[in-house]
Amino acid sequence: MIQFESVSLVQGAHHLTGITFEVPEGDYAVLMGPTGCGKTSVLELICGLRMPLSGKISLEGKDVTKLSPAARGIGYVPQDGALFPGLTVGEQVGFSLRVRKRPEEEIKARVILITDMLGITHLLNRRPEGLSGGERQRVALGRALAFGPRILCLDEPISALDEDLRADMCSLLKKVHAETGVTALHVTHSESEARELATLHLRFESGSIREVHSRSTKS
Amino acid sequence: MQPKDNKDRGFLLFLTLFAGLYVALIAGMLFADATYTTPGHLLEALKSEEIRYAAKLSLTTATITALLSVWFAIPIGYLLSRTNFTGKALVDGILDIPIVLPPMVIGLSLLILFQTSFGQAIESVLPVTYRIPSIIIAQFSVSCAFAIRTMRITFDQISERPEQVALTLGASRAQAFWRVTLPQAGAGALSAGLLAWARALGEFGPILVFSGATRMKTEVLPSTVFLELSTGNLEAAVAVSLLMVIAAITVLVFARAIGGRRSW
Repeated sequence: MIQFESVSLVQGAHHLTGITFEVPEGDYAVLMGPTGCGKTSVLELICGLRMPLSGKISLEGKDVTKLSPAARGIGYVPQDGALFPGLTVGEQVGFSLRVRKRPEEEIKARVILITDMLGITHLLNRRPEGLSGGERQRVALGRALAFGPRILCLDEPISALDEDLRADMCSLLKKVHAETGVTALHVTHSESEARELATLHLRFESGSIREVHSRSTKS
Repeated sequence: MQPKDNKDRGFLLFLTLFAGLYVALIAGMLFADATYTTPGHLLEALKSEEIRYAAKLSLTTATITALLSVWFAIPIGYLLSRTNFTGKALVDGILDIPIVLPPMVIGLSLLILFQTSFGQAIESVLPVTYRIPSIIIAQFSVSCAFAIRTMRITFDQISERPEQVALTLGASRAQAFWRVTLPQAGAGALSAGLLAWARALGEFGPILVFSGATRMKTEVLPSTVFLELSTGNLEAAVAVSLLMVIAAITVLVFARAIGGRRSW
């Protein structure tokens, strides 16, 4: 579960105050809103990459407002994938387990499991340079999922892809959500992505986040 | 290639004129050096024990200085690029001082620093002034500032996003730095080291004041040029200058070859 209680933040030249919303456990929330309204900032606040001016952020019922990003255990897929240059796909996906000093056999098994689920096992020894947009996003997704996070934050993971790849990626995200039961918050501009994926549709408007529609899995 | 009309041609000619003039100036200087001296003068210079000592000392101290400069420039450049702290503008300004100070003033300031009680305490353990360590300190004082600028620009140009993702994946800031950001800074570190090395090799003013120019002791190649010129031996001065040009170009070519081969 993701909870924002009266969170304030600096967004460009403005202060956004009193942002309150909730994503119930296991839901796939899609957050939409105009460009520059602060959607990415909300994801960064959840991930701990920026501090709110005030308010409380809770994940799985625990106050994480002052926790470091590493201590929050969130899978984060940024807009362009932000893959690690120089590391192979296998190393990228195993990164979170390697920094946790998991045994090498466990890392290998987990990497195979995740890349198999995402259909990128054939890319294991490739480096990010030369991967297609769709492949990059799958690797970024695999990297975020490898350590088994309970919360997944996705920043426009599909928007840069071709129409055909978008449909594939949407199906893949649905499959990942169904198989892992992860609570997801997906930022996008696309109404069709929201229709396709959202169990909870949120909209960022005039500095506040409101619920547009819910077919919550936990209601 | 795009089609060009006459106005574009005029503009390109304007750009080429300035580029051509500057390239011609550099090439002209090198050509003048090369034609002024002969292979005989070069060999004679290399046979001189004093010049061989100065060459060895220059290459050794410049290499130590370059390594030290990169060693300092990486953390300082990263700090300036990725963090905000009280007094950052002041620190940033101070780091530029060696770049803008006249070289002689740097030498004089170092000389005075090592006359203070702090400097004397160091001197009592490791004699510095007018000895070899003073050459490295004089070179480092200037070269490090250039290396820091290069590393800061390098880190500024590396996207912070992958590093942030590493943090969300459980990495500490140090792990994110070592595993994600630093491997991307290889080419920048090489440039910083190269720039520091070239600066150190050519450093003269601070060394003359802080280390002196004693033959077979603290004489580096720029000091040799100065000493040979002051005794009217222009051929030897030019021969030594050409040696420095060859050394600098060799390192430049070597560094570019490494930079081209590796996917930094």
